[in-house]
Amino acid sequence: MRYLPLNDEDRALMLARIGVKDIAELFADIPPDKRLEQALDLPCHKGEMEVERQFSALAAQNIAAGSVPFFIGAGAYRHHIPASVDHLIQRSEFLTSYTPYQPEISQGTLQALFEFQSEVAELTAMEIANASLYDGSTATVEAAAMARRITGRRKAIVSGGLHPHYAETLQTYAAMAGVDLLRLAPDVVATESLAERIDQETACVIVQSPDFFGHLRDHSKLAESCRAKGALLVAVFTEAVAFGLIEPPGTLGADIVAGEGQSIGNRLNFGGPYLGLFAARAQYLRQMPGRICGETLDRDGRRSFTLTLSTREQHIRREKATSNICTNSGLASLAFTIHLSLLGSAGLRRLARINHANAVDLAERLAAVPGVTILNKTFFNEFTLRIKGDASELVERMAEAGILAGVPVSRLLPGQGLEEFLLVASTEVNTDADRAAYAKTLQGVISC
Amino acid sequence: MLMPHGPSLEPAEPLVAEGKTFTGNRGLECEEGLIFEIGRIENTGVDLEEPPPFSERLGGLERKTPLRLPGLSEPEAVRHFVRLSRQNYAIDLGIYPLGSCTMKHNPRLNEAMARLPGLAEIHPLQPQSSVQGALELIAGLARWLAILTGMEAVAMAPRAGAHGEICGLMVIKAAMAARGEAQGRRIVLVPESAHGTNPASAAGVDFEVRSVPARADGILDPVAVKEGLGPDVAALMLTNPNTCGLFEKQIVEIADLVHAAGAYFYCDGANFNAILGKVRPGDLGVDAMHINLHKTFSTPHGGGGPGAGPVVLSGRLAPFAPVPFLRREKDQWRLVENLGEAPNSFGRIAAFHGQFGLFVRAYAYMLSHGGDGLRRAAEDAVLNANYVRAGLKDLMSEPFGDRSCMHEVLFDETWLKPFGLSALDFAKAMIDEGFHPMTVYFPLVVHGAMLIEPTETESKASLDLFIAALRDLALAVRRGETKRFEAAPKWAPRRRLDETRAARNPVLKWVNPAG
Amino acid sequence: MSATYYTKTHEYLRFDGDTGTIGITDFAQAQLGDVVFVELPPVGKTLTHGTEAATVESVKAAAEVNAPVSGEVTAVNLDLAQSPGLVNEDPLGRGWFLRLKIFDRAELDALLDEEAYREFLKTIS
Repeated sequence: MRYLPLNDEDRALMLARIGVKDIAELFADIPPDKRLEQALDLPCHKGEMEVERQFSALAAQNIAAGSVPFFIGAGAYRHHIPASVDHLIQRSEFLTSYTPYQPEISQGTLQALFEFQSEVAELTAMEIANASLYDGSTATVEAAAMARRITGRRKAIVSGGLHPHYAETLQTYAAMAGVDLLRLAPDVVATESLAERIDQETACVIVQSPDFFGHLRDHSKLAESCRAKGALLVAVFTEAVAFGLIEPPGTLGADIVAGEGQSIGNRLNFGGPYLGLFAARAQYLRQMPGRICGETLDRDGRRSFTLTLSTREQHIRREKATSNICTNSGLASLAFTIHLSLLGSAGLRRLARINHANAVDLAERLAAVPGVTILNKTFFNEFTLRIKGDASELVERMAEAGILAGVPVSRLLPGQGLEEFLLVASTEVNTDADRAAYAKTLQGVISC
Repeated sequence: MLMPHGPSLEPAEPLVAEGKTFTGNRGLECEEGLIFEIGRIENTGVDLEEPPPFSERLGGLERKTPLRLPGLSEPEAVRHFVRLSRQNYAIDLGIYPLGSCTMKHNPRLNEAMARLPGLAEIHPLQPQSSVQGALELIAGLARWLAILTGMEAVAMAPRAGAHGEICGLMVIKAAMAARGEAQGRRIVLVPESAHGTNPASAAGVDFEVRSVPARADGILDPVAVKEGLGPDVAALMLTNPNTCGLFEKQIVEIADLVHAAGAYFYCDGANFNAILGKVRPGDLGVDAMHINLHKTFSTPHGGGGPGAGPVVLSGRLAPFAPVPFLRREKDQWRLVENLGEAPNSFGRIAAFHGQFGLFVRAYAYMLSHGGDGLRRAAEDAVLNANYVRAGLKDLMSEPFGDRSCMHEVLFDETWLKPFGLSALDFAKAMIDEGFHPMTVYFPLVVHGAMLIEPTETESKASLDLFIAALRDLALAVRRGETKRFEAAPKWAPRRRLDETRAARNPVLKWVNPAG
Repeated sequence: MSATYYTKTHEYLRFDGDTGTIGITDFAQAQLGDVVFVELPPVGKTLTHGTEAATVESVKAAAEVNAPVSGEVTAVNLDLAQSPGLVNEDPLGRGWFLRLKIFDRAELDALLDEEAYREFLKTIS
């Protein structure tokens, strides 16, 4: 078996050295009536060729995003990743290394984390960022938990513009941890008003921009309302590229920022692994969850990096930890860092402009299709459109016609009368021809 | 050979002091600045075409806040990150004997499969009819996990082991609520030897933690468990084999006690590598167990993640599993995503469907090994750990006496103390020998724990060298070469770091010295 | 004339009149290692004996500091914010944590005196 170096001669020598006759003696503590005397009823080992065959067959049953015009977003976005990113994250020293608990031999990982934290802080215009969490949704939960710890209050107000999966994840946490969650109705046309709902029991108000429906929101007034009542503003995002073109949450008054970093450096991967970005005001440092990397010196006076402030974490604080998180998203954060290093400000700004330009172009074309209304006044690279009829059916028929047209809102918000709404994203991967094909096909499908 | 004649050179003054170089490099060992020091804001390593003029729809929210991110050309970026990578230890370089981490070889076939466009470039919210291959893969992996553990159902959503613990505890909480017992049962029993995530997870789900003391022989005492049980207890969290590398011999008795008290049995599956194919946790009375795909099933650690922690569930707990889960309908797979269709589910624990990229890798690992190979892997893992024990036990102290272990062997620092050295000093000296240290100071129930887990992918030759090197170090300790240990590591890219300084004056991001 | 009392959890209380100055002992600071942060209660807070008064963090550990007796916090050591290392350098002097106005002197009887604490240390070392 190609991954097992020991052969029978090795095993015999080793058993003799240990002083047992049979490997079974080393498993003697397993209750005899529970021991599996032979291998389980599972297929036998397979060579690489056979495994490849099976996987290719599975892959062939899926429609890959690159093979058709692709317009799906709703919290995960298809962007072009430069070839060197994937090449670099596969270097042995990055791919097969552990959490950097021995900093003397982990400066590669640690310096990359320091660069990552710096980039996240700069992108979001926040003072401090951590070394990543699992994804945007769990980062949002951590933000709510952190706001609760800081304020000592039990209530959280959740905007109707928050990604429904994120809101559901929050609801699960709230139910289990005794937090009162006020989740507003889906805010399809960005008309909700949050400020008047804040009171002295509110720990935080959780908002998203660009929101789930694509609208861009200015939270600066809301931030003031929060501050006036001693509550914290938690700003969430699902499309990190947006901040190459729109004001970041720090500028708009956020106290804690939680978001999804998948857009930069990481593939769609059918939903995971993704990358939780987390940032906050410096005064809340000790309440931050997750690993944090800091700069210091070594014994010879050389600049070095190390995981720090570990007393917040589970391995020291145990039940009093700020979070139970241990393994986070190391390699995904490295991919983000490499991609963003290649882009730089200039590249990110241009990439964001292309995204917006493509989305504007698509919106204009689709608005011209009879029976289609674009709901958004503002958007970045994703907007909501309304058709007469069932958007789920429309998406199926568009798929049959060879276009992955978007996400029906009712898939994430069923039973709320939103069956006519469709979320459409357009990034730099769409061509003019793609967008033309979308409009043409849509027109064809609608008129049938 | 004739040397060309030319003006003779004066012997040059040495440019730099002994041991130092001008660049700070030492041959192939590189020093490397930060991207903020190397890159320039105006530069970019990605060729993008400026879009033609368009009328923006930003509603006045165009970014005016400065954005100072350095850009690097591709040659600069590649060089930067390659030079950084060379300062890292990795399994591909050498043994990574971290107890509790199962640092086994990461098969490259897994990486290739994970990059097939049909698996990597699919969106979680595509029409389900367009991703049947992905759903089939998830179902296949879940089936293997269920068979290997003897359990009914698998929750695939958790993003890591700790996340799996939260998921398992939430399932238990929901089951208690369904019995009308949620209010009364607020306590979770956690052994003293447990990994820190256990009590942290329990607290995160609003349980109170009650500690179960360790027994002198290193395993859990049913009497101690019974004392802790009561009508206020929702669950016991146990790791098996435990964090001391020992199989919990009385686990069935303990499971029976837990069930008799009306509680559930949660198992931390971090050490599943020791018993794969040798015994099924379901047969031992486990109700829920998370499995670390990045440990037992070889998905890469990536410098700290990503991981995945699917949770296997007993028949009693299966109804309360989180969304989404898979359902077979006629001849199609369907992800059930909404609570409306899953009234008993406790809810959703993260967006989308789970760590699919890791599912691909773990499934490739399983198909490659087969049922026979997985069982062999467990046997080799346990054999390797016991071989290391046999090679070191005459020189290093064992907290629970001279007894065989499972997949990891636990020593403590008792033997170091008379020489004025600690487990940390010994660990740092291992770095100079070219090894990553073993896990130190965990589990906490032992003073100066030193936990070694070689895994099954170490060859006998690798282990022989490891053992010989550690014996040499141990003898150096006994010869009183204290200074050598206190000064270690000397040959790593960095000497010991000032961690106090890092914590007292946190510098957590780059600050432009120019302001 | 002040007297210093100790607890088995390594807090000390120096008693002057009706005020107690509280901190952690030399043994505790040595166990913790370099102190990096101290979280102190607000002035005016009422503490009950045995409950958490402050937290002290080192690089590798975090520990609760419990109130040896009940009282009202009258002062906290602001120097610790800038110089947490004072706890290591001079735990009984400049590394003090807080001052309490003691409610009930009788609670002092439950504490260890210097000799009893030294004896106790011998049993656990």
